[in-house]
Amino acid sequence: MSLKTALCAATALTVMGTTAAIAETITIATVNNGDMIRMQGLTDDFTAKTGHEVEWVTLEENVLRQRVTTDISAKGGSFDIMTIGMYETPIWAKNGWLVSLDDLPAEYDVDDILPAMRGGLSYEGTLYAAPFYGESSMIMYRTDLMEAAGMEMPDAPTWDFVAEAARAMTDKDNEIYGICLRGKAGWGENMAFLTATANAFGARWFDEDWKPQFDSEAWSNTLNFYIDLMNDAGPPGASNNGFNENLSLFQQGKCGMWIDATVAASFVTNPNDSTVADKVGFALAPDTGLGKRSNWLWAWALAIPAGTQKEAAAKEFIQWATSKEYIELVAENEGWANVPPGARTSLYENENYKEVPFAQMTLDSILSADPNNPTVDPVPYVGVQFAAIPEFAGIANQVGQEFSSALAGQQTADEALAKAQALTTDEMEAAGY
Amino acid sequence: MATQHSRSAARIMMAPAVILLLGWMLVPLIMTLFFSFKKYLPLRGGDLGWVGFENYVRFVTSSSFWPSVLTTLVIVGGVLLITVILGVLLAILLNQPMWGQGMVRILVIAPFFVMPTVSALVWKNMFMDPVNGLFAHLWKFFGASPVEWLTQVPMTSIIVIVSWQWLPFATLILLTAIQSLDGEQLEASEMDGAPPLARFAFITLPHLGRAITVVVLIQTIFLLSIFAEIFVTTQGAFGTRTLTYLIYQRVLESQNVGLGSAGGVYAIILANIVAIFLMRIVGKNLDA
Amino acid sequence: MARSVTQQRKIINTAAAWAVGLLIFFPILWTILTSFKTEAQAISDPPVFLAFDWTLENYSVVMERSNYMRFLWNSVIIAGGSTLLGILIAIPAAWSMAFVPSKRTKDILLWMLSTKMLPAVGVLYPIYLIFIKMGLLDTRIALVIVLMLINLPIIVWMLYTYFKEIPGEILEAARMDGASLRDEVLYVLTPMAIPGIASTILLNVILAWNEAFWTLNLTAAKAAPLTAFIASYSSPEGLFYAKLSAASTMAIAPILILGWFSQKQLVSGLTFGAVK
Repeated sequence: MSLKTALCAATALTVMGTTAAIAETITIATVNNGDMIRMQGLTDDFTAKTGHEVEWVTLEENVLRQRVTTDISAKGGSFDIMTIGMYETPIWAKNGWLVSLDDLPAEYDVDDILPAMRGGLSYEGTLYAAPFYGESSMIMYRTDLMEAAGMEMPDAPTWDFVAEAARAMTDKDNEIYGICLRGKAGWGENMAFLTATANAFGARWFDEDWKPQFDSEAWSNTLNFYIDLMNDAGPPGASNNGFNENLSLFQQGKCGMWIDATVAASFVTNPNDSTVADKVGFALAPDTGLGKRSNWLWAWALAIPAGTQKEAAAKEFIQWATSKEYIELVAENEGWANVPPGARTSLYENENYKEVPFAQMTLDSILSADPNNPTVDPVPYVGVQFAAIPEFAGIANQVGQEFSSALAGQQTADEALAKAQALTTDEMEAAGY
Repeated sequence: MATQHSRSAARIMMAPAVILLLGWMLVPLIMTLFFSFKKYLPLRGGDLGWVGFENYVRFVTSSSFWPSVLTTLVIVGGVLLITVILGVLLAILLNQPMWGQGMVRILVIAPFFVMPTVSALVWKNMFMDPVNGLFAHLWKFFGASPVEWLTQVPMTSIIVIVSWQWLPFATLILLTAIQSLDGEQLEASEMDGAPPLARFAFITLPHLGRAITVVVLIQTIFLLSIFAEIFVTTQGAFGTRTLTYLIYQRVLESQNVGLGSAGGVYAIILANIVAIFLMRIVGKNLDA
Repeated sequence: MARSVTQQRKIINTAAAWAVGLLIFFPILWTILTSFKTEAQAISDPPVFLAFDWTLENYSVVMERSNYMRFLWNSVIIAGGSTLLGILIAIPAAWSMAFVPSKRTKDILLWMLSTKMLPAVGVLYPIYLIFIKMGLLDTRIALVIVLMLINLPIIVWMLYTYFKEIPGEILEAARMDGASLRDEVLYVLTPMAIPGIASTILLNVILAWNEAFWTLNLTAAKAAPLTAFIASYSSPEGLFYAKLSAASTMAIAPILILGWFSQKQLVSGLTFGAVK
């Protein structure tokens, strides 16, 4: 073989390499929630279609956040796709850490993504993360217990009604607790719930000059109402209960009502895991008549860190995992109740999905949350159950610990609020507001 | 001649370990010091310039600083107290003639092999959970209302978990020490009519001094930096925030590397105070 | 008469010791038992101890979901590698401290131990940046090095205390016979110290196996050991006690078995040679 032919062959190979997609191995960091684990199980479908292999790094939520935040801020490049939420996306995008997703092909139908989700995952109008599933929060309640209490749940109840019903349903001797709410400290745990609830009570985190507002009457009303209600009608150890603990309590039939993520609806109505699967009703999260409801808005989304060598393959994965076809693939394998909800409009227009009992209420909840206008009084931040500023997670974790210990009875609500006000002021000063 | 030769050889042989550890200590230490004088916020563009001692002042004046130091010392002290006392009792018990001593010893040392994360998860979910935990069932069985372990008595709960992990270590060291105790001396004193408590106080306990020292020294080193147990169980809530955890919150949750680094420097200072304190007692005891 | 008293005492001792032993072991036993239950049985009220339908389902779910063997293999390499590397570096250091002690020996030893007290979280960021620069992120090499450094003080100290108990006359005799320093360490000292070295290795393998901060934060997919495996099973959506138990059992079983088989060495290892 002459030198020339060898060169020709080499050129031909490189040409082929650039035109045909090279099979890559991409590394994806994700959270260990049910929908993501299902996605891992279906990876073979992706590999069969594109030839790319996937390495999964599945971590518990808190560990995941710590891992991906360290990696992206230090530009470690350990992952080609990261699973992040509505909180991280605009902050990271602002820092130029994410690859924009505005060049996805037409068949992906980006306009099909629910506007609320698309808005929350964009920065300055550009999409930076594709929603894998989205959620709001709503009331899940036991129809049988509600009936036994002689009450009827409206579709859009007030907090007063919910409190009354909760107290009526409670039967502590038989381990029936009228209401299960999050109490475990953390910005994604009790603070997600309490911030959303505070919105309904007319409270806000900051005024328009970024002054913390925990000394307001609205916050005092919120926290006192919540603690009184939980003391009267909540389960024991509520200050350590997060999503998981409450889910388990509800599935065991120990909760009358539970206000939490809409995705929980498919778990509590699944007869394999839930002892009360056929006795669950749904309603919008409560309000107090001020014009805002206590529901949040969240999406777990897939984003590509800037600087990855495998951007093309990563984009292919995102297109696969957040596509309409993926939803159909899951429906085929696991049934319509188990498809990732809350991301696409077309899902809620699907005749099969309309038969799922919680579909409409989930959509209504999502549509009633507005991250750009979350509170009664105006605020300088975006986000319903969080404020999309880098300092929020750290502050809210500490505030959450104060509120959690108030729920545990170690301090009063007003003491907790005073501490929250002090530490938030402190941190905001440190950050230079 | 020979000594001169072996002295220089000794230096050369010690060099790799010393240099490596010096590097492992100095490089991060210098970087921590460097960051601690900076306003360094990764989420706000990283390095925002020098700020002098601002981070140090802010960290130490924060309302969570002194409680966290206290929490650290209470956890370390509590675990030391429990493991040493139970360790001595257990060692004495295991030293008695019995059937299946080897098997019992295996059972007792097993917790030492369990990853801290796993043991915290198991304790939190399967024992201390106020609804589904085994303790809750046990309490209900006796007609008591279940204790909410991690919220009502969070420090006790964490000390229990950590003590469970370290009790095997203490027991084994103390057991080995007891086994070397001169049996004749004990027998002689028994003949003299010394009551068991006196025998324990005047013969056994002094003999164990050195072993207890080792237990205290090694455990303190590990306990000052416990993290997984708190991360898994309370995430620092209900007054269980140790200094290590506070630094974690500053660096990773608030993403304030400068402030966290200043905290790191304080933690190093605390560790050194404890170390000097320990070395004073331990150093002497180890020479003996 | 005296015989029956001791017999009686022995029975009481045995009963007491077994009771305490089982009590201490119980959390592990309970975890293992729960791993063979269904999720419903795992949280049943009242709890069931043995009379449940034993199932291997949890294990098959865990095996299907995660590449257990890779996590295991990484753990073996990282724990084994860091310990062996540490031993190689520590033996000369410990030798010189034990046999050519100077005034500073004790200070150096205590200083080495004190390096272990630095809080790892505080230096995560600097270390992370260094490892990115060196391209060592998510490599087993990185973890071998880090864990070796973390455990080196303990290794040096343990070896030092063992070496100190070896009578110096033997070494002198060897020196008289014309043994070089290298021969002295290699052929005289090391064989005598083998039991001590074995104990040191065992204890440090356990410590490295259970290290959960650096192993989690410096790895992604390729080098992740069993500590990362556990992080994917703690608190998912819903309480899955049985699956959590299965994963926990799988994470601790290898080291538990190793520990049990070598408990004699370990017992003397745990004493750090400081007590006889």
